[in-house]
Amino acid sequence: MAAHTVNRRDFVARLLAAAPDALVVTGLGSPAYDVFAAGERDRNFYLWGAMGGSTAMALGLALAQPDQSVIAITGDGEQLMGIGSLATVGARRPKNLAIVVLDNGHYGETGMQRSHASLGTDLVKVAQGFGIPGAQRIDQITGVDDLARRIVARQDTVFAQVLIDADEPPRCLPPRDGSYVKNRFRAALGFHPF
Amino acid sequence: MTTSTESPAWQKAVFDALKAGGIRQIAYVPDAGHAYAIRAAQADPDMLDTVLTTEEEGVALVSGAWLGGQRAALLMQSSGVGNCVNMFSLLASCQFPFLTLVTMRGEYAEFNPWQCPMGLRTQAALELMGITVVRASDPEQVGEIVSAALDSAFLAGERIAVLLSQSLIGRKKWERN
Repeated sequence: MAAHTVNRRDFVARLLAAAPDALVVTGLGSPAYDVFAAGERDRNFYLWGAMGGSTAMALGLALAQPDQSVIAITGDGEQLMGIGSLATVGARRPKNLAIVVLDNGHYGETGMQRSHASLGTDLVKVAQGFGIPGAQRIDQITGVDDLARRIVARQDTVFAQVLIDADEPPRCLPPRDGSYVKNRFRAALGFHPF
Repeated sequence: MTTSTESPAWQKAVFDALKAGGIRQIAYVPDAGHAYAIRAAQADPDMLDTVLTTEEEGVALVSGAWLGGQRAALLMQSSGVGNCVNMFSLLASCQFPFLTLVTMRGEYAEFNPWQCPMGLRTQAALELMGITVVRASDPEQVGEIVSAALDSAFLAGERIAVLLSQSLIGRKKWERN
């Protein structure tokens, strides 16, 4: 397997700059910090818990909003906890859904214990086996441009495993008031509180 | 397992209530008691059905649907409630509206003792996580109870579970001829 060298903050910032209208759901922990560090957006929904839920949540959103690009941005540990949700995505295969796994092979939030992704699990093969044939591995920052093009094009479900380095950038904490983030996100799509 | 394609009227009443209430997505782990709703959703061009590998995915999926402006419902069996417990925290943390329809096992003429530990604690587990529980046992009342729960979820923003009693579903036939 290729080396883990991609800088997570640079990658996420370039991805969102190239897909500025995308609806984003993050997994908890570092991916949420990365997305927030790239600039606050009403179209971001940050999980602070509910580990394993980001892909399924993005799926429900993508099915509800077929004309918008939807991206789940999460980590290897969070995706592994909800690994079955990749099969659920494969069963529906929405053209407008992308799953971007920032994979450092470790559980960063809890002290950098190794995850299955560095102990034998090949997430790209898992995604392909679950019915996402275009699943790809990205090991260079330059891979972000083609990934963003695929996301914006909305031609098929996208799965990208991004081999990020295990550095821990400074924490950059998004709002953790779930009701606020939910209502703001819906308002950006034209839905109002009851 | 039933091989009959005939569905009881209460199962049709469930789907009719979901349809009339504007449900656009159902997420489910299958159960015989939900067979009609699943088939009907698959046949309905205005409704999407998503089969889950485990019920907790459905908690997140229906919340994502709401983020995107759609009403969605989670259909599962009582055993699945136990699979959802931590994911239910998403509902409370964000005050998502939530409607789940739960077919019960382990409580009425149960043959399989393995169904009982979760079935007998399903209501308590839901309530422990802040979800309001209503019960439907009379086939004549099922449609109205589902409709009322749907209103509570999507008009008042409540988190609500309708338990569909095992007596509605009837005795499971274990011997095949």
